[in-house]
Amino acid sequence: METQSSPIFQRPTTLADVVTHYCPGCTHGIIHRLVAESIDELGVRERTVGVAPVGCSVLAYNYFNVDFLESPHGRAPALATGFKRLRPDMIVFTYQGDGDLASIGMSEIIHAANRGEKFTTIFVNNAIYGMTGGQMAPTTLPGQITTTCPIGRNTADTGMPIRMCELLSTLVTPAYLERVSVHSPQHIVRAKKAIKKAFQYQIEGRCFSLIEVLSTCPTNWGKTPGESTEWLADSMIPYYPLKAYKDSGVEGQSA
Amino acid sequence: MAKVLMKGNEAMAEAAIRAGAINYFCYPITPQTEVAEYLAKRMPDVGGVFLQAESEIAVGNMLFGASATGKRVFTSSSSPGISLMQEALSYMAGAHLPCVVLNIMRGGPGLGGILPAQSDYLQATKGGGHGDYRLVVLAPSTIQEAVDLTFLAFDLADKYRTPAMILGDGMIGQMMEPVEFPEKVTTYNSHPENWAATGAKGRRPRIQKSLFLDPAALEQNNIALAKKYEQMKREETRCELYKVSSANSVLVVSYGTMARICQTAIDELESRGVSVGLFRPISVFPYPEVQLRTEIDKPNIKTILTIEMSMGQMLEDVERVAGRTKPVKFFGRTGGIVPSPEEVVAHIEAVVKQAKG
Repeated sequence: METQSSPIFQRPTTLADVVTHYCPGCTHGIIHRLVAESIDELGVRERTVGVAPVGCSVLAYNYFNVDFLESPHGRAPALATGFKRLRPDMIVFTYQGDGDLASIGMSEIIHAANRGEKFTTIFVNNAIYGMTGGQMAPTTLPGQITTTCPIGRNTADTGMPIRMCELLSTLVTPAYLERVSVHSPQHIVRAKKAIKKAFQYQIEGRCFSLIEVLSTCPTNWGKTPGESTEWLADSMIPYYPLKAYKDSGVEGQSA
Repeated sequence: MAKVLMKGNEAMAEAAIRAGAINYFCYPITPQTEVAEYLAKRMPDVGGVFLQAESEIAVGNMLFGASATGKRVFTSSSSPGISLMQEALSYMAGAHLPCVVLNIMRGGPGLGGILPAQSDYLQATKGGGHGDYRLVVLAPSTIQEAVDLTFLAFDLADKYRTPAMILGDGMIGQMMEPVEFPEKVTTYNSHPENWAATGAKGRRPRIQKSLFLDPAALEQNNIALAKKYEQMKREETRCELYKVSSANSVLVVSYGTMARICQTAIDELESRGVSVGLFRPISVFPYPEVQLRTEIDKPNIKTILTIEMSMGQMLEDVERVAGRTKPVKFFGRTGGIVPSPEEVVAHIEAVVKQAKG
């Protein structure tokens, strides 16, 4: 009997072989991997440029074997616009957290999406500011405790959490908006499909895509990794439903 | 090429195209909106990108992203809009990325007014945004010079891989004058194939960043920036002397539109038998310190008079260069008030009398 020794599972070429700085139980690593796998499988690594945000994933550029730009807080969509407009032959993605994209970068993401800029945004929503130590984000859930709402988010003072996919889906131009999660293997498989599709659409020259990925932050949530995935499923998903909000690939939805 | 009559804003826009800028991001603001209106029509001729952004914050950051491609990038604005671009300029300086920004200054602070002023000198020459950096800053006093300096700004931005600014006032932007564009343009090659983000094909990934969490690495980046500024001080200072002679007792120091009015005033004084010289910095960063010191040190010079359309900003550089050797006086109007030659004549005359007294 002939034996084969080809690997069945290995690190994607697009993912750098380095030690992570992310906290134990944080799902950034999984999302990085899904992005790297998608880029590998689509064969575009050598013509891909990433744009890193400010936040925990500010160091994303250390983890990908692609060229990277390190953006000011919230401005990644503006950098990606400038780059992609001059190099439409390149594949461009931004990787942004919820503080970066939904707070300080709200203007940049809405206008990039509305112009139908031909890049892909990976929007990681963990309902909190991670890098600065757990402050309230626009996505923080009602009653959720953070260092700047120590008795829980009071929606009478701060409004309700912003749902980015729903908000962006009012725009005519974007090609693809989907919210996914990475708290279980089944959800990771679905998230991978969505991320790969967003890059595929960019290769096809379709307009703007954004994949919102619900993510955990055990350190700043004050929970174990196990409790965190449960909290994500029980508290986040009811407020942030997982589905495609817009898909130009589906009949009847043009972009 | 024959001379053509052009508005300053349009002439600088045309110069940017001829210098090889193939993209332009903008947000409307008076008194420089003609740059955008001109390029909206002109950019398609050269197959470039014209894009109106949602804010000057976005403009600055689009410029950042575009510059990372290694192509020549350009924008323009006026004082309040330039303030909003300071974020991106700081990041680009830190990441060693070139770009050219045109600031057609208006009166400030705040929303200020829309008429010509020289209110942003300190912001332009001392860094502007956060962090320890400078911009190359060039200050034209005629439309022809504005055109010539636009070409130079792109070259210096590329040579030093740094943001460069053309610091004009509303008068430079709005006035019409005959200009001549060079027949042939040779541009500095910064060899972007060695630094731009072009895709990590057959090489290690390139990161365009200003973040250095290791203090030793961040200090090294600051040292690298400081070296560039030192080299600029040695190689890139530019100035013009007007009617400087041993008969002068007063040396006027002025730049941009204000220097031009000073020239008219100096001509008038000459016709009355009063000899006054003008020192006009063209590069305001790097400041032509050595040249100015040489003029100030001349034994016939008793007093230095700085004249600006501000309450005294370049004055700080002139005082720094003069030290305590000779008195430095100041005359300025601001808020959009451009002093008349007669007003300047009267002021210089009074200082000359004092110097002789």
